[in-house]
Amino acid sequence: MSTVEQRTAAVTRRREIGEVLLAVENIELRFGGVTALADVSFDVRRGEIRAIIGPNGAGKSSMLNVINGFYQPQGGTISWKGQRLRRMRPHFAAKNGIARTFQNIALFKGMTTLDNIMTGRILKMRASLLEQALYWGRARREELEHRAFVERIIDFLEIQHIRNTPVGKLPYGLQKRVELARALAMEPELLLLDEPMAGMNLEEKEDMVRFILDVNEEFGTTVILIEHDMSVVMDISDRVVVLDHGRLLADGTPDEVSRDPRVIEAYLGVVHD
Amino acid sequence: MIYRETGQFKTSYAADQAILRLREDRIGLLVILAIAYVVMPLVASEYWLSTIMLPFLIYALAALGLNILTGYAGQISLGTGGFMATGAFAAYKLATAFPGLDFVVVLVLAGLITAFVGILFGLPSLRIKGFYLAVATLAAQFFLLWLYNKIPWFTNYSASGVISAPTRTAFGIPVTGFEASVTTKYLFVLVVVTLLSLAAKNMTRLEVGRSWMAIRDMDIAAEIIGIRPLTAKLSAFAVSSFYCGIAGALWAFSYTGAVEALAFDIGVSFRVLFMIIIGGLGTILGNYLGAAFIVLLPIFLNNALLGLGMQEAVAMASHLEAMIMGALIVFFLIVEPHGLARLWQILKEKLRKWPFPY
Ligand SMILES: Nc1ncnc2c1ncn2[C@@H]1O[C@H](COP(=O)(O)OP(=O)(O)OP(=O)(O)O)[C@@H](O)[C@H]1O
Ligand SMILES: [Mg+2]
Repeated sequence: MSTVEQRTAAVTRRREIGEVLLAVENIELRFGGVTALADVSFDVRRGEIRAIIGPNGAGKSSMLNVINGFYQPQGGTISWKGQRLRRMRPHFAAKNGIARTFQNIALFKGMTTLDNIMTGRILKMRASLLEQALYWGRARREELEHRAFVERIIDFLEIQHIRNTPVGKLPYGLQKRVELARALAMEPELLLLDEPMAGMNLEEKEDMVRFILDVNEEFGTTVILIEHDMSVVMDISDRVVVLDHGRLLADGTPDEVSRDPRVIEAYLGVVHD
Repeated sequence: MIYRETGQFKTSYAADQAILRLREDRIGLLVILAIAYVVMPLVASEYWLSTIMLPFLIYALAALGLNILTGYAGQISLGTGGFMATGAFAAYKLATAFPGLDFVVVLVLAGLITAFVGILFGLPSLRIKGFYLAVATLAAQFFLLWLYNKIPWFTNYSASGVISAPTRTAFGIPVTGFEASVTTKYLFVLVVVTLLSLAAKNMTRLEVGRSWMAIRDMDIAAEIIGIRPLTAKLSAFAVSSFYCGIAGALWAFSYTGAVEALAFDIGVSFRVLFMIIIGGLGTILGNYLGAAFIVLLPIFLNNALLGLGMQEAVAMASHLEAMIMGALIVFFLIVEPHGLARLWQILKEKLRKWPFPY
C-alpha cells in the first residue's frame, strides 16, 4: 500500500472522529523509586488512531497497563465515555470493550489458534456448566454462533491455514497476528496495540498496517498504538502522544509533533551525543 | 493412507465441531465401545471384570478428574485420595440415611458434596501456585483422611472402622453389594464412566475448558480477556472433585465393597497423578491409557517373571514396577508432557501419510 493511499485513508477517517471516548488526567505511576509516569494527561476520541511514541523506558507500555486496569496508578483519574472511574479494573475494561495486545506476545501457548481466538468471546457466552457438559441448548447455539464470528476474523486476518495449530509452534509474526485476532474477537471499542509490528519483516509489517487501518475503517474501532517505526506512525495515526521519561512531551497531529523542537531534541538529541 | 482426512470435508461448523471429526476415529470409538459393552461381559472372566476392569475404569474416572484440574487448569493437586474418600463417605452416609434413594442420585449428591469440599480446599489456589499449592492439597489429603478416621459419625459408629457397602439399586436393578453380579457392577460403572467422559470432553472443548486452559497457559492474559481467575480456578476444583468423589464412591460401593479411609491414602493420590503424567496431561484419551498402564503393569510383570521361572516373582515385580514407573515419569515429564496420548497421535499422523509420506 502506498503512502498516498494511506494518507487519503487518514483523511476520510478523520471526518468520522467523534467525542472523547477515554481521557486520562494527571496519571502518576511509581514502582518503588522509579517513576514510570508523571502527571500524564491526554484524551482519545472515538474512531481515531492515537499513537504513543517515545524512547525505550518512556512509560508507553505502563500507560496501556494503566488504561486497562492492570496497573493501579498512585494518582490521577481515568474517564471512560465521560464516566469518571475511581479505579480501572481488567475485568471492567474487558467488559466495556477495551482489548489489547502485548509487547511480548501473551497468547495461550498450549491452545490452538482457533481456541485462542475463541477465548476472546468468553465474556459473551452465557451457557451454564451443565449445558456445556451436555453440549446442549445455549452451549451448542453459542458455540456455533461464536465460531462463525471467529471464522470471519480468521478470514479477515488470513490465518485460515493455522486454525488448528497450537500457537506455541507458530513463528513470531503469525503469533502477533493471532494475538490481534483474539483482541478483535472481543469486538472492542478501544483496541490497545503495544508494538504490534516489532520484530516483523517488511512484508509482515505492511500486512499489519493494512489490518489496523481496515479494522479502524470498517468497524470504526478506536486504536491506541505504540510503535517505534516513525514512518508507520506518521502515516496512519491521527494524533500522537510523545512520552519521555514518564512525562508528556508533546501531543498533536503527526505534523505538529514532528516539528516540535522538544520532540526533535528527545529523539535526535541521542544522535548528537 | 489408512487414516486420513482427505475427502472428508466439513460443510458446516456444526460438523467441524463434532467430537470426533474423522470417520476412522468414530469407527475406532464404536469398536472400543462394542468391546467394552458387549464382548467384555460375554468373554471376560469374573476375575478379569472384578480385579482388572473395575479398578481400571474407576482409576480412569479419578484420572479424568485430576486431569481437569492439573492438565487443563494447571492447578497441581495431591489431594485426589482425600477427595475420593470424601465421595465414598458421602455416598455411604447418604445411602444409609436414605435407604430407598436410587444409587444414581446417591452418586450425583456424593459428587456435589465432594465438589463443595473441593472448592473449599481450592481457595488457596487463588493466592498460591505450583509447589505451595501442591503442599496445600497434600494437607487436604491428610486432613480429610484423618477426619473420616477420627469421627465415628462417618462410619455410623462402627467399631472396626471398616464397613461393607450395602446393596443399592439404580432404576430398580441392584448395582452394588452382594446382590449385584460382577457383570452388573461392571456395566453400571462402565455407563457412569462413559457418560462422565462425554461430559468432560464437552466441557474441555467449550467455553469453560478454554477458560481453564487460558488460566493454565497465561493467567495475566486470561484476566485481560475478562476471564475471572476465581471462577475459572474454583470451577476446575469443583468439577475435578465431582469426578474424584464419584470415583471414590464407585471404588467403595462397586469395586471393593468396603468403605474405609485407608483405601484412599496418599499412595492413591500419587498413583492417579502418575496416570495422568504417563497418559498425557490435558488430554481425555490419556486418562484411559494411563490408568490401563498402571493397572496392567504389575500384572504383566508378575506373569512375565513367573513365565521366566523366576523365584520370588512377586517381590521382583514390584521392584521392577517402581523402577519402570519412575523412569517413565521422568521421561514423559521431560520429553513428552502430553504422554501416551501424544504418542498415539504421532502414530496416527504417520499412518495418515503411510505409505506415501510427503
Ligand atoms: N512492573 C514493573 N515493575 C517495576 N518497574 C516497572 C514495571 N513496569 C514498568 N516499569 C518501569 O517503568 C518504566 C517505564 O517502562 P515501560 O515498559 O512502560 O516503558 P516503554 O515506554 O514501554 O519502553 P519500551 O519501548 O522499551 O517498551 C521503566 O523504567 C520500567 O523499568
Ligand atoms: Mg513497552
